Amino acid sequence: MSNLVLPKIDRSTIKKKEFILGKLKKFTNAENILSHQSEIKPYETDGLAAYKQTPLAVVLPENTEEVSKILKFCNDENIKIIPRGAGTGLSGGALPLQDAITLGLGKFNKILEIDFDNKCVVAQSGVTNLSITHAVQHKGFYYAPDPSSQLACSIGGNVAENSGGIHSLKYGTTTNNILGIEMVIMDGTICRVGGKTLDQEGYDIMGLICGSEGLLGVITEVTVKILKKTQSVRAALIGFSTIEDGGNCVSDIISSGIIPAGMEIMDKALIVATDNFAKAGYPRDAEALMIVELDGTKSEVDNLLKQVGDIAKKNNSNSLKLSKNEKERLAFWSGRKAAFPACGAMAPDYYCMDGSIPRGKLAVALKEIKKLSKKYNLKVVNAFHAGDGNLHPIIVFDGGNKDQFKRTEELGAEILKLCVKLGGVLTGEHGVGIEKRELMCEMFNDNDIQQQLSIKKSLDQKNLLNPGKVYPILRKCAEEGRVYVHRGEEKFPDLPRF
Amino acid sequence: MSIEAKKNFQISLDSDVLKPDDEQNVSEIIRQTYKKNLPIKIIGSNSKKFIGYNLQTAKTLDISNLSGIVEYLPEELYIKVKAGTPLSLIEETLDKNNQQLAFEPIDFGFIQNGKSNKGTIGGYVSCNFAGSRRFKLGSVRDHILGFRGVNGKGDIIKSGGIVVKNVTGYDLSKVVTGSFGTLVVLTEITLKVSPKKPSQSTVAIHTEDTNQVSKLFDKILSSSDEISGSVYIPDEPKNKKFELNKYQIFKFNDLKHEGSFLAFRLEGDQKSIEERKKNLAKELELNKLKTSTLDIHQSILFWQKVNNLELFKNTKNNILRAVVPLSNNKKLMKYLKNKYKYYIDWSGSLFWIEVADKDEMKIKEIKKFILEIDGYLAVIKRSENFSFHESLFTINENRLFISKKIKESFDPKRIFNPGKMYREI
Repeated sequence: MSNLVLPKIDRSTIKKKEFILGKLKKFTNAENILSHQSEIKPYETDGLAAYKQTPLAVVLPENTEEVSKILKFCNDENIKIIPRGAGTGLSGGALPLQDAITLGLGKFNKILEIDFDNKCVVAQSGVTNLSITHAVQHKGFYYAPDPSSQLACSIGGNVAENSGGIHSLKYGTTTNNILGIEMVIMDGTICRVGGKTLDQEGYDIMGLICGSEGLLGVITEVTVKILKKTQSVRAALIGFSTIEDGGNCVSDIISSGIIPAGMEIMDKALIVATDNFAKAGYPRDAEALMIVELDGTKSEVDNLLKQVGDIAKKNNSNSLKLSKNEKERLAFWSGRKAAFPACGAMAPDYYCMDGSIPRGKLAVALKEIKKLSKKYNLKVVNAFHAGDGNLHPIIVFDGGNKDQFKRTEELGAEILKLCVKLGGVLTGEHGVGIEKRELMCEMFNDNDIQQQLSIKKSLDQKNLLNPGKVYPILRKCAEEGRVYVHRGEEKFPDLPRF
Repeated sequence: MSIEAKKNFQISLDSDVLKPDDEQNVSEIIRQTYKKNLPIKIIGSNSKKFIGYNLQTAKTLDISNLSGIVEYLPEELYIKVKAGTPLSLIEETLDKNNQQLAFEPIDFGFIQNGKSNKGTIGGYVSCNFAGSRRFKLGSVRDHILGFRGVNGKGDIIKSGGIVVKNVTGYDLSKVVTGSFGTLVVLTEITLKVSPKKPSQSTVAIHTEDTNQVSKLFDKILSSSDEISGSVYIPDEPKNKKFELNKYQIFKFNDLKHEGSFLAFRLEGDQKSIEERKKNLAKELELNKLKTSTLDIHQSILFWQKVNNLELFKNTKNNILRAVVPLSNNKKLMKYLKNKYKYYIDWSGSLFWIEVADKDEMKIKEIKKFILEIDGYLAVIKRSENFSFHESLFTINENRLFISKKIKESFDPKRIFNPGKMYREI
């Protein structure tokens, strides 16, 4: 991996490791403190497995008071803290530091309350996203944001990264689906914001914390809104002979007043790759393949699906399939959801990027990416959450070839810059973390970044909470990161990533 | 800025009301007020100046010249506008493309002086008061994709963008929305817009039984029939202190029965509405209840009246806005009984309550009760003889502690709307 610049190491912290471990034992049970090499190894990286660093120690507190005491102690002693949920994040947000304590929230794994009267669930922050839905589905409810890692990712991590999923256009991201949080700021203050009501009085602190990537506070509890499942869900699988037709179809669907639950586009390279891998029955001659999912009442879904079919025809679609049952709908998705392993089968390594662009710019973006792909002589396949403009270009390459790897990094940075140039942003759902940190100046000027740093400083005076993440250290647009997978050795190979 | 413009500017800073023409002007003014420690009051069209504490500031910054639509791309579902743009202009523009602001803006003009006045988008965003669709489609803050503005030091800053999925940097749009102009002077706002549904219909259930109302609200929220508005409008107390205007305001041909009623709205295509009505007839056991149905025209008008707060039109009394957990709405209804004029929106969560002039002690009691049932409250309108000395907006100590820190990070010298929201920020 490229040389990653991390915050300056505080040798004095490393020297007083034994003192720190001794103190930590006063705040939590001794077995919750890990410092032996074999114990802390699993914590040396997160979902962005290309970066590795052994932490000074790992502490796994059991309750909010313990978190508060640990943070206060670290604040007083100038010790850095790296909060960590399930460690599934794709931007290196939980990457440890040599002189920092990793504070894992793995023991915050209980659902505290299922409150159907208030249509919410109160969960400790280490509870997995999917287990919330599991806890309420017997009454027909679910939790809407569905990041692809929902089987393993924690709800606290979802708050930190403002996780989305494929249904964000209609149902929003985490920030739109939570009612309250409990958090601890670096000086140890425990603060509850929001609760079981809609909105809250005063500043929307919850909205600020959501997506702050663990830099402003440690989230210990989350109250999420639950929704009733819709009555009917169906999907359309539509092939186009040009990317432009596919892109225009997206715009026309939205312009007609339809808000699909999900809308995905794949380019030809990915259609072929996923169809080879998952045998999804995709039209292999299509240049662009679109999956449109609609939900609502039965007659509404049937009607909208027909409208979508008509719009597709007007945009020169050359194939159209409508799901007749749940099995077919899932089959439509099977290839798309296998995008990552399919890329893994094409070459030893791949990088997945996560820019967002205005929907209408898809054709331009893909054309430019094609040009860049030629320029760098690297294959790029593209998946696009067309509903919400989230573009995932995936570069396939051989990391064993140093030159290829260098070109991959350069190409990745150019693609993200392109997203910003087209009116989009660097990251739609993976977060900035360490991987896009040095590209922040593509989007923000000094004033913008200073304002954000000023907020950081107001809640963490000494910059001890998750330092080195999100904000540029180098202050240059470096060529860094993306989801990096080497020879299928993804950190969480069993998680579908889409 | 040209030298001449700078000179004009210096002159304008001498007057009490400063009316910048562009963002650069705003920045220049704030740089100077920052240097000179001059607190300023930020206004758009003054449509909501009665909300929050009165400000005694050296200068007033009027942003109404920062007006106009910067960019509107219906197929991208966003509109970018200057902060002083009248909200009504934005709604008219969207309407031409059959789109809308899904948070259903409230028209505070009616409680101020009986006339419509939605004010500017900057003012509206600063308050974060969403209308009836809140429980279904989110609040104002959920519809802000990005903004540009000037912080308390005079620096022009931006956050967010034009796309819905974005985790690039802190989401400052959220904390700025609802901050009552105490963090930044907004100069440009990008809003998410939504398609309008082709049709709508409203069903009213005539009942005075608060237990039943509470149960109905719960069933509505537990339904998958996509109800987009749900209010309970009880009869007014027979008390001279309150105006009896309910029958006049909610006078509809198809509203068949007198008395208190709960109304819910269905939006979509006609076929889907009918399908959902059938489902709901079973789910809510409507055959056992007295109901009325309002067609599309009456339905549109009905929800306008709800969101115009027309029941409190021209009132000289105090108006409170309280939000409580759904499970506690029954308790609050029982507490309010028929002693107060009120109605409930957001399917049982938002209470608009009128408290008679010179009855401030009752505000104190209500506030205490709301806090006991885990809700929050704001005194929106104060009567002429208002002499209540407690905070107009509730907040707990820890949140105030963090809020002060956030305030300081945006506006270190506390020059923006000092004390507008809380005396301390």
